[in-house]
Amino acid sequence: MPAALAQFRVEISGVGATQIPVAVVPFRGEGPGPAATAAIVRADLERSGLFRVSAPVQGLDERSPLPQAEARAAGADALLAGSIVRLADGTYDIRYRLWDVLRNAEHLARAVTVRPEDLRLAAHRIADEIHEKLTGERGVFATRIAYVTKSARQFVLHVADADGEGGRIALTSTEPIISPAWSPNGRELAYVSFETQRAVVWVQDLQSGRRSPVANFSGTNSAPAWSPNATHLAVTLSRDGPAQLYLVARDGGGNPRRLTVSSAIDTEPVFSPDGKQIFFVSDRGGGPQVYRMGMDGSAPERVTFQGAYNISPAISPDGKTLAYVTRQGSAFRVATLDLANGTVRTVSDTQHDESPSFAPNGRLLVYATRDRGVDVLMTSTLDGRIKTRLLSSGLDMREPAWGPFGR
Amino acid sequence: MTRTFPSLAIVLSAAALLSACASGVNLKEVPVETRSPDTGASVQTPAAPPPAAQSEVATVRAGTADTSAAAAEAALARTGRVVYFDFDSFVVRDDGKPVVESHAKVLGANRSRRMVIEGHTDERGGREYNLALGQKRAMAVLNALTLLGVSPGQLEAVSFGEERPAAQGSTEEAWAKNRRAELKDAK
Repeated sequence: MPAALAQFRVEISGVGATQIPVAVVPFRGEGPGPAATAAIVRADLERSGLFRVSAPVQGLDERSPLPQAEARAAGADALLAGSIVRLADGTYDIRYRLWDVLRNAEHLARAVTVRPEDLRLAAHRIADEIHEKLTGERGVFATRIAYVTKSARQFVLHVADADGEGGRIALTSTEPIISPAWSPNGRELAYVSFETQRAVVWVQDLQSGRRSPVANFSGTNSAPAWSPNATHLAVTLSRDGPAQLYLVARDGGGNPRRLTVSSAIDTEPVFSPDGKQIFFVSDRGGGPQVYRMGMDGSAPERVTFQGAYNISPAISPDGKTLAYVTRQGSAFRVATLDLANGTVRTVSDTQHDESPSFAPNGRLLVYATRDRGVDVLMTSTLDGRIKTRLLSSGLDMREPAWGPFGR
Repeated sequence: MTRTFPSLAIVLSAAALLSACASGVNLKEVPVETRSPDTGASVQTPAAPPPAAQSEVATVRAGTADTSAAAAEAALARTGRVVYFDFDSFVVRDDGKPVVESHAKVLGANRSRRMVIEGHTDERGGREYNLALGQKRAMAVLNALTLLGVSPGQLEAVSFGEERPAAQGSTEEAWAKNRRAELKDAK
């Protein structure tokens, strides 16, 4: 089994309605680990739930003629072949061709040269090209996910590829780190750190590591959410009593502007993609429910009605679907709500789900759950049919946040 | 100098009476204790903190500079420094009131002493909502202390949500130990 295939588990429940059949032939010169280009592409495509991947032939590269008969016999609509060569300066030359099997024609052919540390990124970008060519929508395989691991006495904020591989460490602390949130351009993370014995909201530039607190008032500072234009963050502060929502400037200057005035808990703000509304959690009606209001705090209205405990809202990039965690009996599960027609759909069947976050193309969710006593991260299609467990080193993994396109 | 402290129960019930009598209360603004439907019917048996040892004897040294302060300190040792809560609740239970009262005594006896109240929750539910709930628990203890005459300037309420459990495990016994507010001297 190629290395990349052993690194995750795809669980397919139910039958995918329309999966596009694609043949992915191992690249000539393909190596193990990050150089397993075709294996990474194959894993990406399968995880999306949109493709059925086969490898009907071996020994091809980008210059080979299309083995149309074999590809057709395997039922493939498209076929990817290529090669990977390590150059004298240590970089890699990757060449590939995607065939339209039915028309015996070329979909695309490319050559890229990448540094060794960008090998995985190159494979993810090939998968994105295939995704866009065959579905008409952008793929998210080259995007990143931030998450937190916990070991005995250490909390680590990681930034990894969307398949959970290739992780880099953004922050380590002996105190908890929660609620990472990506800036719209993917270059900064806001998060909550308890390193000063209080919950404080920080913003950190990923490339330089430079960071500063943006909300550090008395009591608790938490739940950062970026405005779509990145000038402000909505946060939860308890400086005036119970947890309430405020708007703070990205540079930390000026006074926070209070958005909610209730004696209840108001927290977990998230902006609608057009920036005009803020969805949030409030227990002003008794149990915690998702509400929405104008971004100035006007006209709050309740959004979730099924169940007595609904928290952790996330909004799809098109603004049409709300994902959240709902309590069902003693289980906490990820659900989606169609904001236009009110249809609720349970995505997961596990017990301890937390923190759903949309992929930037809106096709997948990542969330945290628990499996045999260990906190793990799952991705799922919105219909819940195809789930993948992200690579785990056995440490508790939690608080996933899916980053935007671009890096 | 001797100071008398009103019982917390009397103060709290007086406050409750006052608010109940007040007119024009917006019911939407009244905090409602949340209980999940599936636990509402079952009887919860939260694990109470261990009581003070019955053979405990507090040593009082006659002739020292401040006997009332020493007595107050002894009361603190007797009651412990943790207030426990019911599931999804931020109401100080009867078993927490002696803890609040003993802390009110030491803070009243020494107005320069400062304390941090750390609110905590059990692991169930969301981390951010639990962070807010823990803050509410810390605030409930802070408010109870100020009702007993402690200056708000001596206190800070913070929350660790579910992030710092006192007991590991996913049992009701562990959860009951984790739903708490800890009173610590400020550094």
